[in-house]
Amino acid sequence: MPQFYGTELRSRLLLGTARYPSPAILAEAVRRSNTDIVTVSLRRETAGGRSGGAFFELIRELGVRVLPNTAGCHSVSEAVLTAKMAREVFSTDWIKLEVIGHQDTLQPDVFGLVEAARILTGEGFEVFPYTTDDLVVAERLLEAGCKVLMPWCAPIGSAMGPQNVPGLRAMRAEFPDVPLIVDAGIGRPSHAATVMELGYDAVLLNTAVAGAADPAGMAEAFAKAIEAGHTAYHAGMLEPRDMAVPSTPVIGKAVFS
Amino acid sequence: MKLTINGEEHEFPAATLADLLALLDYEGDWLATAVNGELVHAADRRTHLLNDNDRIEVLSPMQGG
Repeated sequence: MPQFYGTELRSRLLLGTARYPSPAILAEAVRRSNTDIVTVSLRRETAGGRSGGAFFELIRELGVRVLPNTAGCHSVSEAVLTAKMAREVFSTDWIKLEVIGHQDTLQPDVFGLVEAARILTGEGFEVFPYTTDDLVVAERLLEAGCKVLMPWCAPIGSAMGPQNVPGLRAMRAEFPDVPLIVDAGIGRPSHAATVMELGYDAVLLNTAVAGAADPAGMAEAFAKAIEAGHTAYHAGMLEPRDMAVPSTPVIGKAVFS
Repeated sequence: MKLTINGEEHEFPAATLADLLALLDYEGDWLATAVNGELVHAADRRTHLLNDNDRIEVLSPMQGG
């Protein structure tokens, strides 16, 4: 099973907690996905408000690990402070590091990402960087102390699925021993199966599950697709060929004319 | 004392960060606080003195992807 920063997990699916129709449906989706890890965030609390407390209790009751994010941060200082505040609240050194660089595509600012990752690993954080499939950036993130990489496969929430399969394959080949999680852009279970067939260790999803007509059903469908893709990768798949190859042996076939 | 709390300016007679949170009816162990861009641990809120024009952030858990 996958290991992230020395923690062994039983699931290859990491599930986001945003955009579900209700807290009860979120809880059911988490159960049906069989995930060990959910992503969470931090936002300004209104005076006298209790909004954060109810969500905090729900997450505690789910009994899964939390991976807090720095979603929405556009600068290194914002991301670093958010990470520290998340550690204070969630009592974990894990942080899904996002430094957003482009307003429309939500593409990571990879320069800021590397800088923030270096600062945070220096302060004892275990960083899960949301990055692109750029191999040089990946190398810099590893040099900065990251021991997991999380490349996008398409823009966040786009549901487009893998846009650069050769790029993802190259990343897997370049870093055979680094846990790789596809984060962002997955729309349907076949997309998740595709990246798992490339040898990725896990998939992080949110909108594809939360936005489905039946989020809990979709969570289960993704869990199955992810396991199928993973098993297929290790079972060794056939490569496509140009010509037909009969699957039924022709030797001994009767001749009727 | 003039303070900016979560982006909004207010006038409050609070000596410490803990005083301010009590005054605003913030409670719960799920809050994280920062003053002028620096984290203030929950354990340090009682001794953290506030100054005029301090910028205070009070964050809590929410759904995220």
